[in-house]
Amino acid sequence: MNGSEFGSVLHELLADADVPNAARRWASGDPASGLAVWRRLADLGVTALAVPEKQGGLGASPLDLVVACEELGHHAVPGPVAESLAAGPALLGALADAGSCGEWLAGLAAGDLIVTLTAPPWVPFAACPEAAGLVLYAEDGVVGRGRADATFRSVDPARSLAEVHRGPVLAERVAGAVARALDFGALACSAQLLGAGRALLEASVLHAGWRVQFGRPVGAFQAVKHRLADVAIGLQFARPLLEAAGVALAGDGPTAGRDVSAAKVACAEAAYRAARAALQVHGAIGYTAEHDLSRFLLQVRALVPAWGAQAEHRARVLREL
Amino acid sequence: MTDVFRAEVRDWLAEHRPTPALPSLDTAEGFEAHRAWERSLAAARLAVVTWPARYGGRDASLAEWLVFEEEYYAAGAPARVGQNGLFMLAPTLFAFGSPEQRDRLLPRMATADDIWAQAWSEPDAGSDLAALRARGVRVSGGWLISGTKTWCSRAAFADRAFGLFRTDPALESSGRHRGLSYLLFGLRAPGVTVRPIRQLGGRTGFAEIFLDEVFVPDADVVGEPGDGWRIAMSTASHERGLLLRSPGRFLAAAGRLVSLWRRGGGDPALRDRVADAWIGARAYQLHTQATVARLAAGGTLGDLGPEASLGKVFWSELDLALHETALDLLGSWAEVRDGPDGRWLEDYLFALAGPVYAGTNEIQRTLIAERLLGLPR
Repeated sequence: MNGSEFGSVLHELLADADVPNAARRWASGDPASGLAVWRRLADLGVTALAVPEKQGGLGASPLDLVVACEELGHHAVPGPVAESLAAGPALLGALADAGSCGEWLAGLAAGDLIVTLTAPPWVPFAACPEAAGLVLYAEDGVVGRGRADATFRSVDPARSLAEVHRGPVLAERVAGAVARALDFGALACSAQLLGAGRALLEASVLHAGWRVQFGRPVGAFQAVKHRLADVAIGLQFARPLLEAAGVALAGDGPTAGRDVSAAKVACAEAAYRAARAALQVHGAIGYTAEHDLSRFLLQVRALVPAWGAQAEHRARVLREL
Repeated sequence: MTDVFRAEVRDWLAEHRPTPALPSLDTAEGFEAHRAWERSLAAARLAVVTWPARYGGRDASLAEWLVFEEEYYAAGAPARVGQNGLFMLAPTLFAFGSPEQRDRLLPRMATADDIWAQAWSEPDAGSDLAALRARGVRVSGGWLISGTKTWCSRAAFADRAFGLFRTDPALESSGRHRGLSYLLFGLRAPGVTVRPIRQLGGRTGFAEIFLDEVFVPDADVVGEPGDGWRIAMSTASHERGLLLRSPGRFLAAAGRLVSLWRRGGGDPALRDRVADAWIGARAYQLHTQATVARLAAGGTLGDLGPEASLGKVFWSELDLALHETALDLLGSWAEVRDGPDGRWLEDYLFALAGPVYAGTNEIQRTLIAERLLGLPR
């Protein structure tokens, strides 16, 4: 299967999985149906993509991870996506011989385990600990097992955030592995944002095509057309940066950090622009909790500063030029 | 292969790039200096690398052309005075011209013996190009063209021009895009008056052309008479989509911007804008490479269609934002045209026109919305 076929298969699965309902129930404290969606994704191999083959994973290219995470973002799937699909397996894969890491990797690959993690300063909170069977922390080159502590509410109601109480150390002096795991997380998060941006544009075009005011579809008005054209431009030119970051990370090349940061900046900007335009095009209905648009708007708002704020990524681009 | 080519281009430019820089090509003296530069490029077979060898090229791929452009702009080599012909007319001749036209016109274009101006707009036909009134009247062996063309880039000093003319007014009632022909004419032919127009930067970068029964032989009709709109639109898509502004130009400028920012101590207030300029240039480079790869896999330049509009808005706004950031970094010196950093101001004035020419960005956004997104007309 090539990337676009894989994406289409995931799209069909998710379109059929009633993700909106699962996300709503997750937001009200019941992640069971959301976890059932994760189970179906695991059955397709999504949770095994970043797990090394030796531990029962697929050892897939980061580009496959990009395809999968973009499609998860396209449906605003709830849960610790970048953590459990990308950063967690990358981190554990680098420490595979330490403690129970090999076992956990096998669990991730099989879809029996979900992991979340914190890695200050980029990732100060662990996302969605309620779904995770394993909580990790990574700080100052040390990786250990943690326990979710005080939690906060995210702007995205289907997402919770926890401070992590430090527990047993798994490995020390592994700053390189932590940095690479963070790049995997930021790459996955960028892909989610691009997918969400695409969904927001699709919803906007659909709405603008049938919503009639002043006797015309609102999409016939130039102000609406031009705003959505700008959304299309942003998404179009973010995508090659995302793909280049995936390629750089696959080769572990010297520009990987810079490329991931450029992708994160562009995908977050493009998705946020799409979110603002979508709300404006939908009008008041888009501002309601019941309309599905709000899931995307709020997930984008939550992910824009996640995995390194925009300013940090811009600074890294300039530092690593 | 690409690396060998890159090295050849880099070495040649390092040896031959004029220093100090040539005077502006929008002056009589600068125009001729740029013509001489084009001749030396042609002698090294670097003027038109993607063209067939028989017309002065070396049959290079578009990917190699991107390499050439990266090196060209990184070296700070002179602006291409022949760009209207090279990037708009030539692709049109390859797609729609006759073998005789290609044999007659392309070699002289490659060596800058003919430098071409474009003649699209008219006083009452700007963004609404199909409102054009300049006409061609059928006579034995050709057409007599009359009317006014304006904002014609390079026309103040160029040799020849290409444009659209209404050759079958009877068809206009069944559609303004019908009955138009794509014609070529000499700027010093009898009946032609060129009035140079000073641009806001003070130079005569474009001109108005008055045509009074100027004879155009049948040999200088591109494609079939009456098929001009379709042919011109293909040219427009080449111009805005790929060839006119290659990523090399923006990458080189973004690199200089980063250096300027560092030189001033890395002002944190402007850091994000500097980063965004580089990220934008990089995005445009990657996007263009992907487009070129797609074309190499079997597409043609003409297939770019409305996708070209995405690129046109993107690069023109990137260019402007990049140069505005440079001016903000320069502080009070940003006002000074003949100071040590005056190039930023010159390039800014050039960038200022980007959202207007080659189809305004408003026209492009409407095309994107209607043809790519499918919003109602």
